[in-house]
Amino acid sequence: MNAFRYAQAHDVASAMATVAADPGARYVAGGTNVIDLMKEYVEQPSLLVDITHLPLRAIDASARGVRVGALAAMSDVADHAAVARDFPAVAQALLLSASPQLRNMATIGGNVMQRTRCAYFRDVSQACNKRAPGSGCAAIAGVNRQHAVVGGSEHCICTHPSDLAVALLAVDAVVHVRGRAGERTIPFERFHVLPGATPQRETVLEHGDLITAVELPPSAHARSSYYLKVRDRASYEFALVSVAAALDVTGGTVRAARVALGGVAPKPWRSHDAEAALTGRPATAATFAAAAQAATRGMRGYGQNDFKIALTQRAVARALAHAGGAA
Amino acid sequence: MGMDFGKVTRRRFLLRAMLPAIAAGAAAGSPRLSGALAAVRSVSVLASTGPGPIPVTLNVNGTAHALRIEPRVTLLDALRERLALTGTKKGCDQGTCGACTVLVDGRRVNACLTLAVMAQGKAVTTIEGLANGEQLHPVQAAFLAHDGFQCGYCTPGQILSAVALIAEKRPTDEASVREWMSGNICRCGAYPNIVAAVRDAAGARS
Repeated sequence: MNAFRYAQAHDVASAMATVAADPGARYVAGGTNVIDLMKEYVEQPSLLVDITHLPLRAIDASARGVRVGALAAMSDVADHAAVARDFPAVAQALLLSASPQLRNMATIGGNVMQRTRCAYFRDVSQACNKRAPGSGCAAIAGVNRQHAVVGGSEHCICTHPSDLAVALLAVDAVVHVRGRAGERTIPFERFHVLPGATPQRETVLEHGDLITAVELPPSAHARSSYYLKVRDRASYEFALVSVAAALDVTGGTVRAARVALGGVAPKPWRSHDAEAALTGRPATAATFAAAAQAATRGMRGYGQNDFKIALTQRAVARALAHAGGAA
Repeated sequence: MGMDFGKVTRRRFLLRAMLPAIAAGAAAGSPRLSGALAAVRSVSVLASTGPGPIPVTLNVNGTAHALRIEPRVTLLDALRERLALTGTKKGCDQGTCGACTVLVDGRRVNACLTLAVMAQGKAVTTIEGLANGEQLHPVQAAFLAHDGFQCGYCTPGQILSAVALIAEKRPTDEASVREWMSGNICRCGAYPNIVAAVRDAAGARS
């Protein structure tokens, strides 16, 4: 790990001003991602600003939903009764993430900012446009079993590793951010960006921006949401494919639907095609199968990851059956 | 004692950043000008410390230890290399194996991904802090009774994790124990006996 300076923040404005002023500065909270990447020399910050003493840990439930402070631990959010009741996919995604130890450490804000698990990104001897822009992408012609089948570019085919982010997409979460110009809110679907020619850029945040909260607005589809994670091991493993399905079924008809995918794209991937195949249709296996087919429209494999396309179809159909109460 | 992090220093960049807003306020004859100046005073760059050794006080198993270490030293390395508390093991050193599991304020965490400087002001419990003199902690005794190990390298982490599992009141059926212990890897594959020990210590009916 490179040597770095350390500062402890006690108010949001000073934390933000400190990081914004120094291109080499990074926030640290749970540390589960940034410390790990620092040990691999993938991240080499000159200054870490410790934000764990900021008052951003509260989880507030009200009629307007749940407002999760950015510093709330994954474990505390997963155990929160209102989250489990009104946003089951969020609680399920959290409990299927990482390990109990890591969930005690990692925060909600950090979780949605975590970097890809691509082995080439994590190995500084390898070409990676995300870590070293212009160096190439070793994954495209390399070991790409874990990689993206949609949303990638000739510069990067990594996948986004967060389970939580997939669930947040399906329940229409809103990210609250404090930046130079003050507070702003970002709908979760617009929070992450695709790699295109600049895979080093992963979100719409500017350097120094600080996530202060993630807001979960109540909805009928969020209340009957479900998270399905398919992985190589039964536990403690990143997703090959995951699906967050949220369905409002009234009188046997789908009134509202959200289908979000993990493990298949460089960002949490919302399938509007699948949602269109569901909305206004009867909540039947045939409808779910059609939506599952639609969810994989435009997907392409790179050899070792071709299997993800069929796996996505099956996972979407199964997740919809669960969310729709049929399974 | 320790570092004086509460103090902030002001830097010129902030004034520069705020000047356009202040100028705009002044041009418009804004009565909020004094408010803008107050904002400049309150928003300041934090004082930093390091990268060389800095004073860090760790509370481990009820004892305060004053150290001088670099900010990059992990809690795991501070325990093992500075405090000679080698019961906490270094396995993967990247948050994957759980051998370094300790309790911080009663919650299980990976010491390898925790900076020692960030553990200040918190109560750290390691395997050395579990027994009461010669009397083993019930989870330690259960691991002995059920032969919950082979080489023993993962055992301190397994035991700390099990202590936390019980404190968290997690379900104690076999599948749940396996899931809630999944952050602790045993290369010897002693899982059946580990699960039996944890269930026994948790008071689970078989």
